[in-house]
Amino acid sequence: MDQLDQLENGSIHILREAYANFKSLCMLWSIGKDSTVLLWLARKAFLGHVPFPLVHIDTAYKIPEMITYRDRMTAEWGLTMIYGQNEAALRERQTFPDGAVDRLACCKALKTEALKHTLSGLWPRYRFNHSVGRYEVDSNTEPFTGVIVGVRSDEEGSRSKERVFSPRDRDNEWDVGDQPPEFWNQYKTDFAPGTHVRIHPLLDWTELNIWEYIEREKIPTVSLYYDQGEGKRFRSLGCYPCTNPVESNATCPADIIAELRTGRFANIAERAGRAQDAEDGGGLETLRRDGYM
Amino acid sequence: MNNTAQREQMSIVIAGHVDHGKSTVMGRLLADTGSLPMGKLDQVRALCERNSKPFEYAFLLDALKDEMSQGITIDAARVFFKTAQRDYLILDAPGHIEFLKNMITGASRAEAALLVIDAEEGVRENSRRHGYMLSLLGVRQLAVVVNKMDLVEYSESAFNAIAENYTAFLKEVGVEARFIIPASGRFGDNIAQPGGNMAWYTGPTVLEALDRFEKEPPALDQPLRLPVQDVYKFTKAGDKRRLVVGTVDSGIVEVGDELVFFPSGKRSRVASIEAFNRPSLTRAGAGEATALTLDEQIYVTRGELACRASEPAPKVATRVRASLFWMGREPLQVGREYLLKMGGARTPVWVEKILRVIDASDLSVSQESDRVERHAVAECILRTRRAVAFDPAEDNARTSRFVIVDQYEIRGGGILREALEDEYEAVRSHVLLRNMKWETSRISRERRAEKYNQRPTLILVTGERNTGKKTFAKALESRLFEEGKVVYFLGIGNVLYGVDADIKVAGQGGDRGEHLRRLAEVAHLLLDAGVLLVVTAVNLKRVELDLIETTVGEDRMVVVWMGGEAPSDVACDLRLDNTHPLDDQVDKMKAVLQEKNIIFKPF
Ligand SMILES: Nc1nc2c(ncn2[C@@H]2O[C@H](COP(=O)(O)OP(=O)(O)O)[C@@H](O)[C@H]2O)c(=O)[nH]1
Repeated sequence: MDQLDQLENGSIHILREAYANFKSLCMLWSIGKDSTVLLWLARKAFLGHVPFPLVHIDTAYKIPEMITYRDRMTAEWGLTMIYGQNEAALRERQTFPDGAVDRLACCKALKTEALKHTLSGLWPRYRFNHSVGRYEVDSNTEPFTGVIVGVRSDEEGSRSKERVFSPRDRDNEWDVGDQPPEFWNQYKTDFAPGTHVRIHPLLDWTELNIWEYIEREKIPTVSLYYDQGEGKRFRSLGCYPCTNPVESNATCPADIIAELRTGRFANIAERAGRAQDAEDGGGLETLRRDGYM
Repeated sequence: MNNTAQREQMSIVIAGHVDHGKSTVMGRLLADTGSLPMGKLDQVRALCERNSKPFEYAFLLDALKDEMSQGITIDAARVFFKTAQRDYLILDAPGHIEFLKNMITGASRAEAALLVIDAEEGVRENSRRHGYMLSLLGVRQLAVVVNKMDLVEYSESAFNAIAENYTAFLKEVGVEARFIIPASGRFGDNIAQPGGNMAWYTGPTVLEALDRFEKEPPALDQPLRLPVQDVYKFTKAGDKRRLVVGTVDSGIVEVGDELVFFPSGKRSRVASIEAFNRPSLTRAGAGEATALTLDEQIYVTRGELACRASEPAPKVATRVRASLFWMGREPLQVGREYLLKMGGARTPVWVEKILRVIDASDLSVSQESDRVERHAVAECILRTRRAVAFDPAEDNARTSRFVIVDQYEIRGGGILREALEDEYEAVRSHVLLRNMKWETSRISRERRAEKYNQRPTLILVTGERNTGKKTFAKALESRLFEEGKVVYFLGIGNVLYGVDADIKVAGQGGDRGEHLRRLAEVAHLLLDAGVLLVVTAVNLKRVELDLIETTVGEDRMVVVWMGGEAPSDVACDLRLDNTHPLDDQVDKMKAVLQEKNIIFKPF
């Protein structure tokens, strides 16, 4: 069994634990490479099925290819797809750079707030109706008590502290200083009413593992990750006002793997292209505490 | 650097008393192997300068803001780095006692450990506690780093004194250090490069020691142990397969193998091993997250342990000897009920007796206690409500592991060492044999339930004498029957003079235990036929209810107490007042059955 097999088996085990223990379970799908690998792993864990809804937080500033790709995969794989967004903030232009707020406030409104209220069911959830091919308001407003998220611990400092099953309190808050113990593969699967648990099956994966796995399994990924002839590609995906492409001629996963192993990105952090991280030293940490994935 | 597709990865936990230098050693390892992201070292140096703090290698790890201000590593952080040989995932386990649960989180996932001891301070409380935890958690490979050698003038005798002292301690807890390395994290001696200051030392550096640890091969040569994680049927998505899934703990499973599921003892053959987007497989081994289909439609659920019929069976018991570690703020108390989780199984558990409490920091032992305080290790006798299937830790560490949950939180964990005798043993062995020999029909339990529109359940009506149990039972039977259910009232007397003829002595109670066992066996047959069964019995006690549940199986019984107070340890699903109108009593019962999805609510 090689390293990718080991990681794969570990993640499948976690996904199955989540499904066995949480009645109201969902998986966040950001359309990025990590959560797409996670989605693939779910299809492995459940033998071709994805027995829970996928939730996408649509900031309305996502690069259009992302949405096209999302809806194509939803139809192709027969996924239960739900999206939510902060309609009020968009209406009132509490956004960056065209509105009155800075990057972090924009993130907070369009991601953190939208996520929180979509998970709780307080704001409308839009669900893809496969028979008519469009999104409709979902009648199910039950809060999700288990939320599967594709974070990796090598991404950025605060994520390296995460647990596999990580409890969040009523306000979506993460108490970094007081986390439950995880013995072997026994996780925190019991939780008080009103709280919920984030589940992180990809914690032990690195960016390189992700690409090696995409290559090995031939997982379809959004075209933005590859150079389309302009010598540029995205290394990490977000909203277009705050995500910049990097210079690269990589046109396929194999090129990216070579680039990560020995090339120009061997020692540069992945999120270097994300402007909001640079805003203050612990910006992302602050966002995470507030519930931003 | 090795550029072939797959590199080996090993996870290492780094432990030790607070301030003995774990973070420094790690920071050094990262810096001296060129594993830091470009610019990180400079960034941290600059940050220190801005805050007029002297630079520390330890700061490299302190990614979190509040950690910087508190000055202690608060969690089991993960750090990646690589050598020519392989990739490492280092789990940093904080030494502060408050954060012991973080140490456990790190250590229970590690393949090997580095334990850091301050050369000047010597062996301290948490050096020992962590050593003990490593042994309990099953980390078998260990290197001890005697750090801060610069503070003792790189003295060989100072090093030897600590090495001897700690080796003696480790021996007591059954662990052996593969390497003991004198080092200085601050100056880099013997971390990634040999230190010129310690010519007397000829062993490996920390980095070399890591590379000399061996990957533990998957436990393929042990008996098959496959804890059932779940059973899937995605019928709505047009998938007819009934998939028994789980991650193989040890051994190998192959198509055609005869499996026995413990604790139930049910048996079936492996029809196929399924996988997504590849042809089905012929075998799966330790470490693989697998999915099986079975030949016969036996009813198994999450929590059972699948084993090969041809290999040694695991232990099945409700009374066990365990070594456990306690983390709850409230002490672990004898007699109090907690929840035990092991593999996928969950059962109420309580401590029958504490054999000895060991102070994990100095191994001093106190006997005769009725509680285990926070951060102590104890050897106890546990009682579980339902039987658990396991292997003693000496035989198979993985299937000996359990955790204890109290009020939603994992408060303790440990390993089972021995199955002990209990009063249900005879009953359980009858059940085990019966299930092993059971002839399975071609109609599955689910199909029967679908057809009859009900989940077969034993409705046990008990309570004091003359409280109208039979009147109620018969009224319930009539109502359910009229509503189209397949229901049957079974009077005790109906069993007593037929099935029990050989043990029924006129005018005497006879062997009540054996009467109950036979009643439960009859009930089990009727439940298997898909029936809702109503039975009355006088004053059932907890042990008797446990005996009946052992015989009919988990989650197949509803207990009703009629009139008066039920004993405090009898868990009733419903309490009825026999002075109320009969119709109301039946309504209440129906509501409970609907709530439990035993009969389905009309829409
Ligand atoms: N003199 C000396 N000091 C050290 C050495 N290693 C660590 N320290 C100091 O010991 C203190 C605690 O180290 P740290 O790595 O934070 O310990 P941790 O709590 O085990 O992670 C810091 O002030 C370090 O500078 C060493 O090899 N020599």
